Amino acid sequence: MTSLSSRDTALVDAAEPRVGFTVDGKPHTLRVPPTARLSEVLREGLGIEGVKVGCDAGDCGACTVILDGEAVCACLVPAARCDGVEIVTVEGLAEAGRPGRLQEAFWRRGAAQCGICTPGMLTSAEALLRRTASPTRADVEEALAGVLCRCTGYAKIVDAVLDCAADATTAPAVGAEVGAAVGARIDRLDGRAKVMGTDAFGADAWPEGTLLVRVVRSPHHHAAFALGDLDAWRRANPGVVAVLTASDIPGRNIHGVIPPLADQPVFAERVARFRGEAVAAIVGERAAIRALDLATFPVTWSALAAVLTPDDARRPDAPLVHETRAGNVLVRGLVRRGDAEAALSDADVVVEGAYTTGFVEHAYIEPEAGFARRVGDRIEVFACTQAPHMDRDDLAAIMALPPDAVRIIPSAVGGGFGSKLDLSLQPFVALAAWVTGRPAGVVYTRPESMASTTKRHPSAITVRIGAKADGTLHAMRFEGTFNTGAYASWGPTVANRVPVHASGPYLVPHYEARTAAIHTHTVPAGAFRGFGVPQAAVAQETLLDELADALGFDRLDFRIRNALTNGAPTVTGQVFAQGVGIRACFEALVPHWRERRAAARAFNATAGGPLRRGVGVAGMWYGCGNTSMSNPSTIRAGLGPDGRLVLHQGAVDIGQGSNTVVAQIFADALGFPVGQVALVGADTDLTPDAGKTSASRQTFVTGAAALRSGAALRETLLLRLNAGPDARLSLDGTMLRADDGRRDSASLDLAGLEPDAHGFVFAAEETFDPPTSPLDANGQGEPYAAFGFGAHLAEVEVDVELGRVRVLALICAHDVGRAVNPTLIEGQIEGGSAQGLGLALMEEYIPGRTENLHDYLIPTVGDMPRVTSILVEEADAHGPFGAKGIGEQVLIPTAPAILNAIRDATGVLIRDLPATPGKVHAALAAARAAGARP
Amino acid sequence: MSRYLRPGSIDEAVGLLSTDAALRIVAGGTDVYPSLGEAAARAAFLDIVRIPGLRGITRENEAWRIGAATTWSDVVRAPLPAFFDGLKLAGREVGAIQIQNAGTLAGNVVNASPAADGTVALMALDARVEIAGSDGRRVMPLGDFVTGVRSVALKPGEIVTALLVPDRPAKSRSSFLKLGARRYLVISIAMVSAVVDLDDAGMIAEAGIAVGACSPVARRLPALEARLVGVPPAQAADVVLASDADVLSPIDDVRARAGYRRDAAITLVRRTLAACAEAAR
Repeated sequence: MTSLSSRDTALVDAAEPRVGFTVDGKPHTLRVPPTARLSEVLREGLGIEGVKVGCDAGDCGACTVILDGEAVCACLVPAARCDGVEIVTVEGLAEAGRPGRLQEAFWRRGAAQCGICTPGMLTSAEALLRRTASPTRADVEEALAGVLCRCTGYAKIVDAVLDCAADATTAPAVGAEVGAAVGARIDRLDGRAKVMGTDAFGADAWPEGTLLVRVVRSPHHHAAFALGDLDAWRRANPGVVAVLTASDIPGRNIHGVIPPLADQPVFAERVARFRGEAVAAIVGERAAIRALDLATFPVTWSALAAVLTPDDARRPDAPLVHETRAGNVLVRGLVRRGDAEAALSDADVVVEGAYTTGFVEHAYIEPEAGFARRVGDRIEVFACTQAPHMDRDDLAAIMALPPDAVRIIPSAVGGGFGSKLDLSLQPFVALAAWVTGRPAGVVYTRPESMASTTKRHPSAITVRIGAKADGTLHAMRFEGTFNTGAYASWGPTVANRVPVHASGPYLVPHYEARTAAIHTHTVPAGAFRGFGVPQAAVAQETLLDELADALGFDRLDFRIRNALTNGAPTVTGQVFAQGVGIRACFEALVPHWRERRAAARAFNATAGGPLRRGVGVAGMWYGCGNTSMSNPSTIRAGLGPDGRLVLHQGAVDIGQGSNTVVAQIFADALGFPVGQVALVGADTDLTPDAGKTSASRQTFVTGAAALRSGAALRETLLLRLNAGPDARLSLDGTMLRADDGRRDSASLDLAGLEPDAHGFVFAAEETFDPPTSPLDANGQGEPYAAFGFGAHLAEVEVDVELGRVRVLALICAHDVGRAVNPTLIEGQIEGGSAQGLGLALMEEYIPGRTENLHDYLIPTVGDMPRVTSILVEEADAHGPFGAKGIGEQVLIPTAPAILNAIRDATGVLIRDLPATPGKVHAALAAARAAGARP
Repeated sequence: MSRYLRPGSIDEAVGLLSTDAALRIVAGGTDVYPSLGEAAARAAFLDIVRIPGLRGITRENEAWRIGAATTWSDVVRAPLPAFFDGLKLAGREVGAIQIQNAGTLAGNVVNASPAADGTVALMALDARVEIAGSDGRRVMPLGDFVTGVRSVALKPGEIVTALLVPDRPAKSRSSFLKLGARRYLVISIAMVSAVVDLDDAGMIAEAGIAVGACSPVARRLPALEARLVGVPPAQAADVVLASDADVLSPIDDVRARAGYRRDAAITLVRRTLAACAEAAR
């Protein structure tokens, strides 16, 4: 037996083992915590924050580094093991401080949207290319399969890697002439930092000495609790600086995105209403906080009866989630036009169906993160957010500070999709920094993020639709119940948006849609790309197929016949004189529909074996901006005495591209090259309110404000230079020139001018608020200034023995009004349809059971088919250069198109989402038992 | 306080393990870190990957020895006889490349998840587990080693040192199929591995079929294996009966219902046998 004396063995048992390794070509020697993950050591020990952390479980791949030539998840490697190894991170892919070849290709292709998965994608691709210089598309997909992306739908990432094969090249950057930025595929203006791995997300760039916060959360759906001796516990845990609870909040212990219904406490008091609700926060030195065992925290729980579904919540004896909300009803919605019930009885054919969908998790790869610091009597919060000004106002009330004493500095946002509209970590870090006087930060764990932040509303929907024998839609009744969880969040928005949209983009003369948002003891359901409309579209669009079949019409032709047109009233009685592009979207799909259906039929006729192919279509419409409510955006821009052209761009770019799109619009309105525009971001101290990044409103609303701001600044400059409206403006250093081609150019040296309070010698600030009108008691009115329209075609292959569905192709036609940046729009379509595919086939969040990214599945690179985008440009009169929103539109038709395609292939329609292999298998078995095909 | 120990030999590792029950063996880290979560900061690790001789695949007498620190990528890239194809296919389905580069076969077995892809492929191959303890080394069949969900027959102070795969005749083919709700990075709903040895007449002389994620521990299908003897490989799939699933005991969980698992397992068995036949042509 070997002696166990450490002197004569290779044992490492130092309190902090010392390791020496090479990272990105540089040698380092440092002491590491004994069991620390390599990701933690690279980020905190060496400051290499290009290594991102998304799950700490090997599920997302964001932390991928190349270790001795192999791609590995740095979160799964003990740092203490790494003595003598060579590591390459995203930061090592740069060449002389500039983007390296892969990074350049990612930037050019639009492969980085939010940028949080980009470092892991890049290192995974680099590891492949070092081994295989000319990979096939399949090789690339296999190499990237371990990295999840929630924004892009993967296609542009794969394309970018293929651009870097030995025999391929990267296309040169697209330039934009003055006045031609709109419509150009320019590289995203904020893309460099994303591909270099230097963008600062919520977990990055914390000040030295930042304290760490950990939140204590309820393990029960519904429980009373009592806190023990917190002071004694704090004293027993050296390094813990403070324990915060509801009693530490200086202002009101309530927040909510819809102020009249605000109901969510920062810390629960006495009763916790959902699993994952915060009851306390612990603040302390990082090492001490990390080593804490929260099981020792002094809190006693008494589980209470919980209602988890709307059915349970509406029973007469159900406990009330909120005492003031009878029947657990948060809010109801209604749109009524004509007499739907009577019209259904005189329809020639009526179809009906009942549908259910579950919670859907946003699954951005960046868990909520950020830090706060106290600056005198002000508090500054650097964190991921989609709504900085809303955060500011709610946080001010919580902190009992005037709003201008709160500064929100949005970090780069690693995906949002709606959930980062609500406050999450901000009150915890603000309070911690306020109380301790030291910067304080938090990074949610993946399970914490999933358990505590908002979800897509689960739905139970019943629909009846009737048509006349001539193929005209006649009447529709829609009843939708939405599980809104424990707190209001965006439940009212879902309840109100759905009835407006549930008809789909069709002329439906007799219509009644009712919704209810019901409280349960579950995680709050809030905003998620589409605000309930995707769930409604699943019911409406799949029934439209059954209706077309019953009437004997081609399914796509039936939609074209009934599509809304200019001049026809919507279900709220709104009549658009222009800008209704749904018919054009459907018509763009016609040749693909014919060709793919014929091919599917041929395949099914000849291929033996278990595979059946099918094709489905679905349409969509979606109102841009808030529903019948003011939602202005303000854009300030100006010229400094140094000749710097500054655009205060307050529309938070969460990856969708507002930094680029808004600048393109502004540049063309002003008449300067877009490359000359310097962006100042959405810091509430520096930039006017451009509203929230939500409701597909930033291109449409903020873009329109930017258009006005650019035009106003141009007018001011032309006036000062006494130049005509068509003059060409230019800047040469501090010299401003106008040349109208008719006489000598006028010029002005900006250096001599007196700047205003914002530092500008010329400035403009303009606001746009889309014109809408309130909805009356029957939901009649003008809820939106414009709608975006679209239609998707899905081709699927179903394995009828296993119930497994593979989507072979998606063809997506979208009326975007004007494609300001086609590359970015394609990115929205590819990424949005990936989320739609996930909704259709695999995603369901179950509180307490799927709180991680291996039990909660989102599509990987191998699940996405090729996506073909068809951009239809039916200009809108209010939109900047005619542009409409696109962010949510892209997700809505995907799921129903896929479900229709499954039905086309097999004859079975899945009405309970997601259509997992087991559910499809069961439906096929039931159909066989009933004697149906296949 | 957290601790990190890196023994230089198996004996040293065994000595440490038998005196300190708190030690967690870490190899690939792909299961240890996720299962510990935040508790990793308070854990005590015994890191075995640098123990000499523990990584790699060697042929010893009538068996192939896969050292306990051998990763999935090591196996996938190794030049091995065709009967390892099923194991390689399983390796390519374990997580994705990051997990395959770090995770070890032995770790997959010891972690004892009912959905362990590696256990299924190894079980079909009649793999045995080599174990070192303070009393020396012992070897036991894989099917006896994994005793239940997250439960294996390791005594305190013992460590798995290798997986031993018996050699098979040259005319032996294998395959592996996995069913999940997405293409990559997915925990199996069900998976099947099959190996068939062919006699000189090209008929099946011996078969090994294992099914995973349909019982607490992966199961062989002995009745089917017996029926397959003497059958031409191209007809092997036709020999499979629905009742062959009777030895399974699938459960309902978030991934699938029991009835579906049972049905899907039989479909996968047929297809895996068909893939073996295809490989034998």
